[in-house]
Amino acid sequence: MRIEKRLHDSKVMLYASPLLALLLTLLSGALMFALLGRAPLHSLYIFFIAPVSELYGLSELVVKVTPLLLCAIGLTLCFKAKIWNIGAEGQFVFAAMIGGAVSLQLSESQGFWVLPTVIISGALAGMAWAAIAALLLTRFGANEILTTIMLNYIAVNLLLWGVHGPLKDPNGMNFPESALFAAQTMLPVLFDDYRVTIAILIALFMLVVIWVLLGRTLLGFQLRVMGENHNAARFAGFKSNALIWFVLLFSGAMAGLAAVSEINGPVGQLIPTLSLGYGYAAIIVVFMGRMHPLGILLASFLLGLTYLGGEMSQMELELPKSITGLFQGMLLFYLLACDLLIGYRVVFSNRTLGKHPAIAAAVSTPPVSQ
Amino acid sequence: MDIHLLENVLFAMVRTGTPLLLVALGAMMSERAGVLNLGQEGMILVGAVCGFIVAYTSHNMGFGILAGVIGGALVSLLFGFIALTLIANQVATGLALTIFGTGLSAFVGAGYVGQSLIGLAPLEIPLLSKIPLIGKALFAQDILVYLAFVLFAGIFVVMRYTRWGLIIRAVGENPEVAHALGYKVLLVRYCAIMFGGAMAGLAGVYLSLAYTPMWSEGIAAGRGWIALALVVFASWRTERILLGAWLFGFASILHLLLQGYGYEISPNLLAMLPYIVTILVLVMMMTRKQGQGNFAPRSLGQPYYPQR
Amino acid sequence: MRLELLSVTKAYPGCIANDAVSLKVEPGEIHALLGENGAGKSTLMKMIYGVVKPDSGQMTWNDREVVISGPAQARQLGMGMVFQHFSLFETLTVTENIALYLTPAEYGTMALLRERIVAVGEEYGLAINPDRLVHTLSVGEQQRVEIIRCLLQDIQLLILDEPTAVLTPPEVDQLIQVLKKLARKGCSILFISHKLHEVNALCDRATILRGGKVTGTCIPSETSASQMARLMLGNELELQDSMPAGNAGATRLTLNKIDVKPRDTFGIHLRDIALTLNAGEILGLAGVAGNGQDELVDLINGELFPDSGELSFDGKSIAKLGVQARRKLGLGVVPADRIGRGAVANMTLIENDLLTGYVTHGVKPGINWVSWGGLRKRAAEIIAQYKVKATGPEATARSLSGGNLQKFIIGREVAQNPKVLVCFHPTWGVDVGAANLIHQQLIALRDSGAAILIISEDLDELYLLADKLGAICGGQLSPIRAKAEVPLAILGQWMTGEFDAVATQTNSSNMNVEAAHAH
Repeated sequence: MRIEKRLHDSKVMLYASPLLALLLTLLSGALMFALLGRAPLHSLYIFFIAPVSELYGLSELVVKVTPLLLCAIGLTLCFKAKIWNIGAEGQFVFAAMIGGAVSLQLSESQGFWVLPTVIISGALAGMAWAAIAALLLTRFGANEILTTIMLNYIAVNLLLWGVHGPLKDPNGMNFPESALFAAQTMLPVLFDDYRVTIAILIALFMLVVIWVLLGRTLLGFQLRVMGENHNAARFAGFKSNALIWFVLLFSGAMAGLAAVSEINGPVGQLIPTLSLGYGYAAIIVVFMGRMHPLGILLASFLLGLTYLGGEMSQMELELPKSITGLFQGMLLFYLLACDLLIGYRVVFSNRTLGKHPAIAAAVSTPPVSQ
Repeated sequence: MDIHLLENVLFAMVRTGTPLLLVALGAMMSERAGVLNLGQEGMILVGAVCGFIVAYTSHNMGFGILAGVIGGALVSLLFGFIALTLIANQVATGLALTIFGTGLSAFVGAGYVGQSLIGLAPLEIPLLSKIPLIGKALFAQDILVYLAFVLFAGIFVVMRYTRWGLIIRAVGENPEVAHALGYKVLLVRYCAIMFGGAMAGLAGVYLSLAYTPMWSEGIAAGRGWIALALVVFASWRTERILLGAWLFGFASILHLLLQGYGYEISPNLLAMLPYIVTILVLVMMMTRKQGQGNFAPRSLGQPYYPQR
Repeated sequence: MRLELLSVTKAYPGCIANDAVSLKVEPGEIHALLGENGAGKSTLMKMIYGVVKPDSGQMTWNDREVVISGPAQARQLGMGMVFQHFSLFETLTVTENIALYLTPAEYGTMALLRERIVAVGEEYGLAINPDRLVHTLSVGEQQRVEIIRCLLQDIQLLILDEPTAVLTPPEVDQLIQVLKKLARKGCSILFISHKLHEVNALCDRATILRGGKVTGTCIPSETSASQMARLMLGNELELQDSMPAGNAGATRLTLNKIDVKPRDTFGIHLRDIALTLNAGEILGLAGVAGNGQDELVDLINGELFPDSGELSFDGKSIAKLGVQARRKLGLGVVPADRIGRGAVANMTLIENDLLTGYVTHGVKPGINWVSWGGLRKRAAEIIAQYKVKATGPEATARSLSGGNLQKFIIGREVAQNPKVLVCFHPTWGVDVGAANLIHQQLIALRDSGAAILIISEDLDELYLLADKLGAICGGQLSPIRAKAEVPLAILGQWMTGEFDAVATQTNSSNMNVEAAHAH
C-alpha cells in the first residue's frame, strides 16, 4: 500500500472527506460504547438521533446552533485569511459580561431602543476584545494563536471576578450569578413554548452576507489571497494590516452576537459556565464545513447535536457529559486525516513498470542509440 | 525583607515553574525539528489523568509517573501520524489534539474528580538544603523537580554539543536538504514529537501527583499554551527556557508575595497574571526580533512532502 | 568505465522526466550533460545521486551493477554532488554543515575537520573560513563549501548541477581551473549545463538531452556550435541572435541617491542607488543573487520604502506611495518567484489575473464588486495570445509548467499596458520556446512605449534584450552605459564590485568576449 500524489486535488474528496470523517467517528463511537459496556447501536441512537426525535428537541438543536453558527461565521473569514483566531471563546465571554452588565443596567428602562442597545453593546464588546489581539498582531507581530488563547483565559477570569463581585445578584443568596435579565432586554422568541429566538435569523442573514463577501467582492478575494500566500498578497498591494483588523473585528462582533444570543436568550443571566466551549467548537465547525457558508451551516448542526447528545448520554446511559468533547475531538482528528485523500491517492497494488498510465501512454519510442 | 518569605517564594517559584519547564523543553525539541505542536495542553491533561488513575488504583507512585509519561507520548504519536505521515496542517492538528485530549481526559477522569491522594513527598538533600535563601528552593523539592533539572541539563548538552543536536537543528532548518543528505527526516521528527509528548505527560503527572495531588478537568489551566509562549521567549535556546519557566512561575505565585505584604486582591484578578505576563513577553520578544533577525527554526510549521 | 546508465526512465504524474536515458563516463573524464530547462537533467542527476528512484533501467559503477538506495550510499561509493540550489543549512557554520555531510567516522572530531577544511581549501584555491555561518557567505563562497565537502571524501565522481548560473565571470574561470585540476587527478566530472560556451571550454565529451530523451553524444571540441544547438533545441527552434534596438523617449521612472537599510539580518543595504528608466528603452541589470536585487525590486514595487533619496514616476514623487497606488500610475512588476509571489498556486488563472489586474479592470470601483465573467474572458484571451498550455482559464496556477505560468504572468502584466515594467529573472527555469516568446513580448512592449527594467543572472538574455547595461553588487549600482560600451569583461568586473572598470581599458583577464554570443 502506498500514498501517491494526485495530479489535481480531488473535488470529490473535498466534499466527501467530512462525511467520511463523520462515519469514522460513528464507528469509533460505537466501539467506545461497546468497551464501556453499553449497547453500541442503541448508544449511537441515544447520542445522535434521540435528542432530535421530537419537535422540542429540534428547537433545542437550533438553540445550540445559533451561537455556534455566529461564531463560525466570524471565524470563517479569519481562517480563510489564515488568521488563526482561537479567541472566539474569550470574545464570547467578554461580550457576555459587558452585554450582561448593560442588560442589568437597563433592567428598569423601557422603550424600543433597549434591546438594540444590548445587542450592539455585546457586538462592540466582542470587537473590543478581538481588537486587543489585532493590535498585538499588527503593531507588535505577536502570534495571534498565543495571544488570543491568553485572552481567553483572561476573559474567563474577568467573568469569574464579575459574577463573584460587582455583577453578583444582591438577592441571589450569594451564588456567583447575576440577577435575571429583565424581559425587555431579552431577545424575542420566534414561537411560544420554544426557546428559539430571532438570533437564528440574524445568523442566517450574516451567513448570506459572508457568502457574498467571499465570492463576489474584492475584499473577499483579498482575504483568500492572504490566506493562500501572504507574500503574493503583499506583492499585489493588499493592505494586510487593514485586512487583519477587519477579520478580527468582524469575528469579535460575531462572537459578541453569539454571546448575546445565549445570555439574552436561553440562559437569561450571567453565570460562570455560560459558555460550553462554543468558541472552540466553532473552530471545528469551520473546518468540517470546509470554510464554505453552506458547509458551516450543516456542520454547526452536527456540532450542536454533539452537545445535545452529551446531555442525553448523561441521562440515559449514565455517561459523563464530557463525552461531547471526546466526539468533537474525534471529528476534527478524522477530518484532518481524511483530508489527505484530497491531495493524495492510496494505491494498493505493487506498481510495476508499464502499469503507470504516464509511462504506458508515452513510452512508445525505443531509446535513441548513438 | 523577611528572608523566610523570600525563601518560600523562591521555593514556590521553582515548584510552579517545573511543569512549565518540562513542557517547554519538550515543545522546544519538537520545534527545533521543525514541528509546531499546539496540542501541549491536551497532552498534559492526558498525562495527568493517566498518572492519577494508575497511581490511585495501584497505590504506586512510580507506576503512576510511568503511566503519565507513556500516555503523553502515545497521544503525541497520534498527532505525529496525522501531521507528519498524513501531512495535515500542523496548526489544525495541534488544536485537534488539544480538544481531543481535553475531552478524553475529562471523560476518562470523570469518576476520579474529587478523589484524594497523598502526593509525592519532598526529598530533602542533606546539607545542601540548608543553604540560606536558595537551599530550600533547589534542594528540598520532590524527585520530579530534580528530574526536571536533570532533563534540562541533559537537553542542554545534547543540543549544544552532540551530533544528535546538530541533526535535529538541521532537520528543523531545512528538511529537504536534510533528506538530500540522507537523514531520515520523518524519523527524527517523530522522535522529537514523542519526546515532547513524554515531557508534557510528565508535567501533567507532576500536576496531578505532586503539585496539587488530585484530578480535575482544569488542572492544566493553560500551562500548555504558556509553555509554547515560553519557547518563543527563550528564542528556542535551552538555557533561556529555565529562566523563562521560573519567571512565569513567579508570576503565578505573585499573590503569595503580595499577601505576605498585606495586600488583598481578588484571586480571580491575580489568576490573570500569568496570562498577562505571557502576552507582555510575546510583545517584547516580537519587537526585539525585528532588529535581530528571526531565531525560529526555518521550517517550523511547514508541511514536509517527502519526495522519493 | 566509471559510471554507466542504461536506459534509465523516470515518470511523474503528467510527464516523463527521463525516457530511457543512457550515459557513459570514463575515469578522469569531464563529461557534460547538456540540455535546455525542462530537458530532464536535474531529474537524471537526482537519480544518479540516489535522491530519487528510477522507475526502470540500470546503473553500473566501476563496471559493477549498483542500485543506489540513497545519497548516503552514493557518497560511500565515491560520488559527490554540488546542487543547483545549494543543499546547505544557512543557520549553521561551514564546519557544522560539512560535519552533517560526512559520517562521524569520516571526520573524527570537529577540530580535526576544521583543519582539513582549511587545508583542502588552500590546496585548490577555494579558501573559506570554517567558522562562518553559511548565510553570511556570498553565493560563490557557498558553492565553495559544497565543493570542499565533496573533496573531503575519496571522490571518484563529482556532479555539478548548473554551477555557473550563480557565478560572476571571474568566478567561472576559477571554477574551471579547479575542475581541470580535479580531473587530472583521476576524478570524473559530470557537468550539467545549458551554456554551450562553457561546455566547449571545459568538457571532453557531452551527452545532450531534449524532452527527457538523449538526442546525441559528441566531443565538443570537434562539434560545431550550431550542431550542438540543434541537438539541444531541435530543428524548429531558432535562437534569437539579436533583437532590434530601442528608441529612448521620455523619462518614466527615476531613482536618485536612494538608501535603504536592511530590514533583517539576511537583508542587503542598498546605498546611493541612482537609476533612470526611459520610455521605449530596456535597462538590463546583471548581478549574482543576493546582492540587493530583491530589495531593489521591493523598493520599486512599493513593499519597501526608502530611508532617504528620491523615487519619482513621470516626475512625481512616489516614495511614500503604496503598491496599489503605484500600480494605478502604471507600474507593473514581474517578480522572480513565480509561484511564491507572482501567482497563487492553488488559485485559477482567472483569479491570478485579478491578483494584479484589480487596479485596471475586473472590479467595479467604489463597491469593489468583482465581475468574474469579464475576468474569465480576459484570462482566456491572454492564454490564447501567449500560447499558454493550460486546460483553460479555470486551470490552477500550479498545474502549469514553469514556462507556461511565466508566459501567463507576463501576458497579464503586458495586457494592462504598463508604463513601466520591472522583470526579475523573466526566463529563469523556462524552456527555450517560452523564453523566446517572452523575449518577443518584452521587445514589443518596449516598442509600444513602455520603459522596462530587466534584472537577471542570465547574461545572454541581458545582452540580447537590453539597450543599456549595468550591474548590482553589494547593494550598490555600477555605472549604467549603453550596451555597446559594456563588453562582457567589463560587466563581469562590475558584477564583482569593481565599478571603476571602464570600456576604454583593454581588459587584463583572459575572457572570451565572443563567448556571450556563441549559440
